[in-house]
Amino acid sequence: MRKAGFWAWLWIILGAIYFLLPLIGTFMFSLRARRDTLSFAAYSSAFSDPQFIESFGFSALMAGLTIIVSLVLIVPTAYWVQLRLPRLRPVIELVTLLPFVIPAIVLVFGLIRIYSRPPLALTGNAFTTNILLIAGYTVLSMPYMYRAVDTGLRAIDIRTLTEAAQSLGAGWPTIVIHVIFPNIRTALLSGAFLTFAIVIGELVLANFLARPAFAPYLALLIQNRAYEPAALTIVSFALTWVCIGLIQILGRGRTDQDRAFTGPT
Amino acid sequence: MAQIAQQETQSPALAGFARGRFSWAWVGVTPFFIFAIAFMILPAFSLVTGSFQDRQGNFTLANILGLSQPFILNAYWLSIRISLVTAICGGLFGFLLAYAVTIGGLPKFARNSLMTFSGVASNFAGVPLAFAFIATLGRVGFLTALFKTLFGLDIYSTGFNLYSFGGLSLTYMYFQFPLMVLIISPALEGLKHEWREAAENLGANSWQYWRYIALPVLLPSLLGTMILLFGNSFGAFATAYALTGGSLNLVTIVIGAQIRGDVLNNPGLGYALALGMVVVMAVSIAGYSWMQRKTERWLK
Repeated sequence: MRKAGFWAWLWIILGAIYFLLPLIGTFMFSLRARRDTLSFAAYSSAFSDPQFIESFGFSALMAGLTIIVSLVLIVPTAYWVQLRLPRLRPVIELVTLLPFVIPAIVLVFGLIRIYSRPPLALTGNAFTTNILLIAGYTVLSMPYMYRAVDTGLRAIDIRTLTEAAQSLGAGWPTIVIHVIFPNIRTALLSGAFLTFAIVIGELVLANFLARPAFAPYLALLIQNRAYEPAALTIVSFALTWVCIGLIQILGRGRTDQDRAFTGPT
Repeated sequence: MAQIAQQETQSPALAGFARGRFSWAWVGVTPFFIFAIAFMILPAFSLVTGSFQDRQGNFTLANILGLSQPFILNAYWLSIRISLVTAICGGLFGFLLAYAVTIGGLPKFARNSLMTFSGVASNFAGVPLAFAFIATLGRVGFLTALFKTLFGLDIYSTGFNLYSFGGLSLTYMYFQFPLMVLIISPALEGLKHEWREAAENLGANSWQYWRYIALPVLLPSLLGTMILLFGNSFGAFATAYALTGGSLNLVTIVIGAQIRGDVLNNPGLGYALALGMVVVMAVSIAGYSWMQRKTERWLK
């Protein structure tokens, strides 16, 4: 390894400035809610807004349900493909990459076109719209969840584990829940944290399906208030940081290319 | 050795088992495919069919041809320009940063913090990102105010405007170049020491090494990732919406307006607009994976 040159330092310093300035700016802004003094007033005022609690709770609930749905959907599929249908792998991989090709705005456009009229009118009431929302979130997080699960499954010997479980008399549900899930729990947790980060920050689906999620609330708050959105921006940055940090702690030893990124929002 | 023998005795039996139950094996993946069809493929497909139908449901090419009207062409052109600018600038800057922390010889902590930060920043898009830039470079933002008090300079009087093409590009860069850092760093690390040593032994200087060895090896990866960045900003909606409130007519913003209430006065045209977007995204993702495959020839 050569000694670091002038240019290497210049680029990294420029990068750090560009990275940090918006965060410092937002943080300074969030402290100025009271005239002539720095305070955390914006934070307490933002947190005490019942609409914040409601929308954040709603998004957290949706995130939890999305995680459950995508785990139930993707883990058995990835497991089964690896065990029995390896020929199908390219097809599954292609399907899980489709959300990159269909941006969220196009996805929600299509979902509304199909599910807002009979015979499948799901947008009619809040409960069925939530189902549609969770399905949409599951689609958006699919590339990441699938990759996380697939990487996890490749690292263990699922064939031997399956045969061992079968010889002890386990059925398929027992194998998936009691053998496969625990053996890939770090991969599942990474997928879950990333899905959480995606759902909490997601604006498009909730906005156009008119559900009271956190991102639409924040978008509205920006137009009406000055300091509370700054506080909530800092909070969401911290949340993203926590999610990604946990993924990186869990995923130590994996290659950089497996690191998480989410698509356009 | 015992393990190998065991595997050999087991695999034919297992293969036979799999063959006997072949038709049943497919049942295991049906829930996944039903889900994918219901919530991904069918919605996308309905936009495709909608693009080729008039209001009465008859086949027509009028919607596709309608994309050539100036308002829509301008939207595509604006989306393409902003994606090109942020892909190229974000790509170059991300490459330089990745270079600095991988082969540039910076200490390990610089590399680790850049990687973590890139992971976070590439996920930090949308409404909070837009507000972070408003709070920093908006009309009453932190930096704007700082420039005013320190230098007596109003950056908005110099022609800068956060709520414009340049400002949005600057904001998009925040999630663009971290993605470049994440994807290109492994490629940079894949450059073998031996190549540099061999080149130096043959009398090559640093410029010649980069020009004739490193860059040609990295080029597919660099181009491929820039194409991915292009798609990444082409499909973005939330950041632009939260920053400009829909005053910049990107394709995604126009589609959003069309969903809220037929602003194009023709539903079919809206579907065609979305179809055009999917085509652009498909081309860019295909280009990316094609380039990645070329990269693997050298860097594996």
